[in-house]
Amino acid sequence: MRKLLLLTIVLSTGLLFIGRLFYLQIYDTSASALSENNAIKAEYDIPQRGRIYDRNRNLLVSNQPSYDLMVIPREVKPFDTLALCNLLSITPEKLKKELKRARVYSPRLPSVIVPTMSQGEYAYLGEQMRKYEGFFIQKRSLRDYQIDFGANFLGYIQEVNQGIIKRDEYYKMGDLIGRQGVEQQYEEVLRGKKGVKYLQKDRFNRVIGPYKDGILDIEPEEGKNIQLTIDATLQKYGEELMINKRGGIVAIEPATGEILALVAAPNYDPALLVGRERSKNYTQLDADSIAKPLFDRVLQGEYPPGSPFKALTSLIGLQEGVVNLNDKVYCNGGYRYGGKKPLGCHHHKSPVQLISGIAHSCNSYFATVYRNTIDKYDTPQEGIEVWKKHLESFGLGNFMGYDLPIGRKGLVPSSTYYNRTYNYPKYRWGTTATISNAIGQGEVLMTPMQMVNFTAAIANRGWFYKPHIIKSISETDTIYSKYREKHITTIDPAYFEPVVQGLNDVYNYGTANFLKIPGIDICGKTGTAENYTKINGTTTQLTDHSVFVAFAPKDDPKIAIAVFVENGYWGSRFGGRIASIMIEKYLKGEVTRKDLETWVLTHSLEDEYKKPLEGKPFPINDGKKISAKFLAEENQDL
Amino acid sequence: MSSGSRSVGSFDWALILIYLALISIGWLSIYSASYNPNADTFFSLENLHFKQLIWIALGFAIITFILFLDTKFFERFSSIIYVISIISLILLFPLGKNINGATSWFAFGSFTLQPSEFAKVATALALAKYLSDIQTNIKTVRDQLRAFAIIAIPALVIIPQPDPGSALVYAAFFFPLYREGIATGYLILGASVITLFVLTLLFGPLYIALGVVAIAILLFLKNRKKRPSKLLYLGIVLACSLFTFSVNYIFENVFQQRHRDRFNIVLGKEADTQSIGYNTRQSEIAIGNGGWTGQGFLQGTQTTGKFVPAQDTDYIFSSVGEEWGFLGSAVVILLFILLILRIIQLSEKQKNEFSRIYGYSVAGILFVHFTVNIGMVTGLLPTIGIPLPFFSYGGSGFWGFTILLFIFIKLDGNRVNEW
Repeated sequence: MRKLLLLTIVLSTGLLFIGRLFYLQIYDTSASALSENNAIKAEYDIPQRGRIYDRNRNLLVSNQPSYDLMVIPREVKPFDTLALCNLLSITPEKLKKELKRARVYSPRLPSVIVPTMSQGEYAYLGEQMRKYEGFFIQKRSLRDYQIDFGANFLGYIQEVNQGIIKRDEYYKMGDLIGRQGVEQQYEEVLRGKKGVKYLQKDRFNRVIGPYKDGILDIEPEEGKNIQLTIDATLQKYGEELMINKRGGIVAIEPATGEILALVAAPNYDPALLVGRERSKNYTQLDADSIAKPLFDRVLQGEYPPGSPFKALTSLIGLQEGVVNLNDKVYCNGGYRYGGKKPLGCHHHKSPVQLISGIAHSCNSYFATVYRNTIDKYDTPQEGIEVWKKHLESFGLGNFMGYDLPIGRKGLVPSSTYYNRTYNYPKYRWGTTATISNAIGQGEVLMTPMQMVNFTAAIANRGWFYKPHIIKSISETDTIYSKYREKHITTIDPAYFEPVVQGLNDVYNYGTANFLKIPGIDICGKTGTAENYTKINGTTTQLTDHSVFVAFAPKDDPKIAIAVFVENGYWGSRFGGRIASIMIEKYLKGEVTRKDLETWVLTHSLEDEYKKPLEGKPFPINDGKKISAKFLAEENQDL
Repeated sequence: MSSGSRSVGSFDWALILIYLALISIGWLSIYSASYNPNADTFFSLENLHFKQLIWIALGFAIITFILFLDTKFFERFSSIIYVISIISLILLFPLGKNINGATSWFAFGSFTLQPSEFAKVATALALAKYLSDIQTNIKTVRDQLRAFAIIAIPALVIIPQPDPGSALVYAAFFFPLYREGIATGYLILGASVITLFVLTLLFGPLYIALGVVAIAILLFLKNRKKRPSKLLYLGIVLACSLFTFSVNYIFENVFQQRHRDRFNIVLGKEADTQSIGYNTRQSEIAIGNGGWTGQGFLQGTQTTGKFVPAQDTDYIFSSVGEEWGFLGSAVVILLFILLILRIIQLSEKQKNEFSRIYGYSVAGILFVHFTVNIGMVTGLLPTIGIPLPFFSYGGSGFWGFTILLFIFIKLDGNRVNEW
């Protein structure tokens, strides 16, 4: 027994120690994680962000050096606070606050004290820095915009927040990350990869050499330059045309799906979101809840497409074999069904066939075609599903897969949607309940981007590429394969020709006949979309949105365009004019229809936008009714 | 047959191999902890690892000397060695050199010697000599007191140097005493004192006193058929309560703040990692940095950055932990355990009482050093600065442990010749 005492104690002590070592070395290693290690200093080398060019190799965005004053709180020795504040031109209270914030974040890790100082500020501060232990200067690069437009698709860069640091360990306090637009979409391409050197320190915080002979060090990788499909000249022109208006213009090249212009109005100068004023300016833009400059109407706005949708109604009708080119429809100011109020129509030549129906935008004609399409099937449910399938082949009703970080699905209603709306099977619903779909005023919703996409599909006579904004990335010559994949619609190519002819006749003798551009054979379609808003809880109708889609030239199309002007009244008024001169600008490089240009530049809709805010009843659509006589007069004014 | 002329083959090679393994790993650890990448030359007295190599070389000379001495030499001269050792400790007071606040060294030029490292050997020899004496009966209080005196005198001389850590090591002699038949009551007393001490610091004297009363009542009721002495129970309860309250008093009024801090940190009552808990914290970080297989030789960030204070001496094990990881440090723990167990096993085989008692003392001393040191480095025990045998830098310490061990190896090598 006595022999065993020491033996037992020795053995159990051994076990206890091995257990303790296991705990310290294997189980709970929180104290010794590399990032937490007080013996290792990581020095980052942040590469230049890639530059951004337009499709014609014009430089849009480059970089300017910027300097952050950083601090590692526990390395700070007492210093002359006032002198440093004078150098930085900040108040001692501000410095104290920032230092406290840094200490709370981490005494060991660097925090930003003063972000984004200019070259001038740095030059002065640089030589003084050695007096302030624990402070150092981190060089970064900020964006230097060569243009004052395009903010909506360029995006901006901002300092990472705590959430991002937690999600992605690449980012450290003070790092910059792309937000919105291509800056966000191509963040990893543009940013490159920052380099890091791990240095071994001793307990006096002196660097004693590379950590592990530098085997963990990472060489920085330069950010890659990217070339966008945007045509800067066209973009700039589009933004100028949209001054004092709200809405958007989107133009793409039908043969490739490349986005030529992406105008969201109102827009702002991208340089507003750079440097020390960034957050102040951002807050200001964000707080504008009326004009909503940060809301990209082209990608995020969902609107009823209006009359341009009639082209799709025609195509589906032809594909389903329910309409013949020679079929005539008499229009007597509206389409009557089931004893209810008719689907009204404006005054035009009657009767119409498919091509002239498109040209005159006859509601009765397309209501007939639509009804025949749905009624071809035994139940309206089946009919709607077939109709929906055709629309989806044009990229409608879902995200489009373009390379910008925001978007909306739009809406193509399904039979389930109507069953739910009409409480089927308790109540039945028929084709006429959905008749407004025929003319794009029903439940269908599209973003302007989706509108331009179906226009491009019509221009191509039955196929499209996904719209995209990336043209090339330096050092890599492959563009993502999804933008090289042809999407073929469910409509037979042969059926496109009459529809294209109809769209062409819109310019020849139809609703846009005054918008012809000499030497360019344009196909287009006007749209006038009714819309409502809530004022003090009551739904109030506002002046119609002016919608226009077009492509040109008719054969071998080079550009497809959708224009959307909020409360711009009828389609050819703002939308049509803008579309025509944009097409001319792109194809000819100059605008000969100065009359159209001047009209657009001199007409503001600001008064229209003020109406609902003034708190008193107001007339819409200028208090006039669109009649042939009125239109003729209006167009003569030009 | 002269005992001094025995063949080398009869020494216990297991012990010698473990010893060689420990000093090799120990030296590598010192090399790593004192490594300076900018040093020009290995052969410089500026380098602790080079100096330690000299101590090791001289240590081998001492080993040879011990192994060639007559076995009876140690038993015969133990009293004289003991007396000389005590005198050398006392001479420290007028002549010693003060290093880091303790007057524990004799200085001969730049060379220093720490007599307390050798006093352990002398005490072990003296205790073995006294207990193995045919006239000594450890069951008698008189002889117990004499044995205690042999142990206590060097400890009491060392405490005011001040070096309470080294004095604590003398508690190791409890193990040979117990093995030789001292009453189990001492064991219970010792264990109770330590338990009550720690519990009092953790929970305060009142709760512990009440707890003692409750346990006493339970035990009394359980054993009441055996007619226990009420007086005895009452006495024990009173003594325990008195002890807990005095512990509190001593802790608050006699201990200095730094001592209190050290206890409080280990007991988890304070979590200051910047000043008083700094050593332990840094040591734990370094060890934790090792992971399974360690950062590799000379690759430990905490070791090469010299973050752990006293890493070449008391905190040497943290460099093993960081650079060789869990596997490496477990091997070192295992080597120590094997060493101590082998000494115990060999001690039990000794026919000669002197050798057995000495062997137990060696095992006890190594065990206490090992436990207190590793316990401190891994944050399980309060900071008590005593070296890790064969590892920590220092000539005196290294020689002291080498002599301690090799006298036993010599004694053991002779056991077949005993009758």
